[in-house]
Amino acid sequence: MALLKNPQILIASDLRDGEALFLGADGWARDHKSAAVARDSQEAAALEARGKGEIAANRVVDVYLADVGLEADGSPTPLHYREKMRIKGPSVRPDLGKQARAAQSGDAK
Amino acid sequence: MTAHDPQQAARPNTPTTTYLYDNYDTAFVRERVAEFREQVRRRLEGATTEEEFRPFRLMNGLYLQLHAYMLRVAIPYGTLTARQMRSLADIADKWDKGYGHFTTRQNLQFNWPKLVDVPDILEALAEVEMHAIQTSGNCIRNVTADHFSGVAADEYEDPRPTAEFLRQWSSLHSEFSFLPRKFKIAVSGAAQDRAAVKVHDIGLRVVAGPGGEPGYEVYVGGGLGRSPFVGKVVREFLPREDLLAYLEAILRVYNRFGRRDNKYKARIKILVHETGLDQIRAEVEAEFAAMDRTPFAHDAEEFARIAAFFAPPPYETLPAQSEALQSAKRENPAFAAFAEVNVSAHKIDGYAIVTVSLKPTGGIPGDATSAQMRVLADASEKFGFGELRVSHEQNIVLPHVKKDDLFALWRMLDAAGLATANVGLLTDIISCPGLDYCSLATARSIPIAQAISRRFKDEERQREIGRLGIKISGCINACGHHHVGAIGVLGLEKKGQESYQITLGGDPSLSASVGELLGPGVGADQVADVIEHIVDFYLSERQGEERFIDTWRRLGHARFKDVLRREGENGADI
Repeated sequence: MALLKNPQILIASDLRDGEALFLGADGWARDHKSAAVARDSQEAAALEARGKGEIAANRVVDVYLADVGLEADGSPTPLHYREKMRIKGPSVRPDLGKQARAAQSGDAK
Repeated sequence: MTAHDPQQAARPNTPTTTYLYDNYDTAFVRERVAEFREQVRRRLEGATTEEEFRPFRLMNGLYLQLHAYMLRVAIPYGTLTARQMRSLADIADKWDKGYGHFTTRQNLQFNWPKLVDVPDILEALAEVEMHAIQTSGNCIRNVTADHFSGVAADEYEDPRPTAEFLRQWSSLHSEFSFLPRKFKIAVSGAAQDRAAVKVHDIGLRVVAGPGGEPGYEVYVGGGLGRSPFVGKVVREFLPREDLLAYLEAILRVYNRFGRRDNKYKARIKILVHETGLDQIRAEVEAEFAAMDRTPFAHDAEEFARIAAFFAPPPYETLPAQSEALQSAKRENPAFAAFAEVNVSAHKIDGYAIVTVSLKPTGGIPGDATSAQMRVLADASEKFGFGELRVSHEQNIVLPHVKKDDLFALWRMLDAAGLATANVGLLTDIISCPGLDYCSLATARSIPIAQAISRRFKDEERQREIGRLGIKISGCINACGHHHVGAIGVLGLEKKGQESYQITLGGDPSLSASVGELLGPGVGADQVADVIEHIVDFYLSERQGEERFIDTWRRLGHARFKDVLRREGENGADI
């Protein structure tokens, strides 16, 4: 199995409300920190296979792998600015999206 | 013949200045809502896949964006009633997040609807004679028009009856529901083009024929996006009775010959460019001559029925000058600035056209809160026969305000944060949503608009600079019309970073031109600096009352490039 250039996580949109979701060990999470991280091609393929199953089950749409870096605690952070936007919400409206929910819960990072 | 019953739409206590649905229209839109409700139900139950559902949701204006779904609501030819504006505000509060985004296609977008709620939203829209049909997909999109229609002092004919005529012809047109690509039509009826007709797939100008009869100058093959083109005249004068048949012929030629192998080359502008105008004209004229024109024969009675909806409101007879206005201007400099910049000449004495800027300093171009929408609805009822317009420049127009009422209106707007005096000036920036919302975007555009807006917030300085259109797109699709900005900004990705190309010399009017690239892209934090250098150079070089675009044309692009190159050598890194 080949190591990936960068670790990856699987991102999708919730079919019902379109919110960005991240595939974790126990299913879809709304927080990217709960995403399962693939480090090699086999793990990435496994994530994609689970994603296809979720599409077939009509829970999510628009599923894709995204490159991440790993924080000191091992949690993933997207490398590309597009996905950095998706884990927060519109940069021009910090009162909306995931960032607003995080701020309300006291986790404004 | 028409399916419409002229008697059905006549009802009391409704504005007289916009099209009203009759039973046929109402049933048509209601059936479509019911159809989409069933499609959503089947999708949520898993009876259809996303691949199957996607065309249905797109044909109803429902996109999937970065953070949520987005619903694009059609505002035909940009005309809204107060009741409709209030309903949009109610929808924003009930099913969205308390605001809406007015777009460069005179539409409104909700950025956060849930799929399960969209049928209810569409039903609420239908209650006020609105829908989201054909605001997406490879079909004929919402027909746009001059936002000063019916009131502009330089108008030959109100273009909205034509636009409504075309809307009814193009709605669910079975032959044109799956074109090679989307298709956009704009109509203008005035000497000055405020509808950007030359950068549409088809642009129409209502003009007088040899005998003074109304007809159309027809442009074809304009458009922005990846490959920008200025439209070309395919018919110098098209008699009104041939309107539908001739447009049918153009669309048939496009449908037959437009490329379907490459979506980037599928618009009619590419067909016109690659085939040549003469050949396209020959094809259109041949189709027009050969086709059975009976189904498209001009129905003068129906056109007159539609035109009657756009009759002038009951204006009062007033003097041309208003003493109250002059007095208020003398006593209140802020109002005087507003009156100078945001108020335009009306064709009726004693009245004025007011453009309400949705571009406050540091704001998001085109966004309005639900509270602001209600203020605009109230203002239109109190001061303007209950009618509003959305401009493709992402502002709201109150088209019939008595000059005597301008000060009271201004105070009402000012209290709601809607009195920014910058219409047509540098901070009246067109901007697409960009990567803050849009899944197609390659860079953010709103923060760039905000940075420029803050940099040039001094309104006196803006008035000194004069008319200058800055237009920003967050990707090559050019929803922010950057190609036709006197200064255009295009956000792209370069080596994993947001990078911004700047163009100069774009013009959306009848003297249309596509902007020329200034040089390599710059970082987000440099855009305002570069624009400041450009503006300073313009101010140092302009002659008399010359607009930016005129100075640029006189001096030539190279002079502007030179000055920026010199600035770059001094450390500005541009």
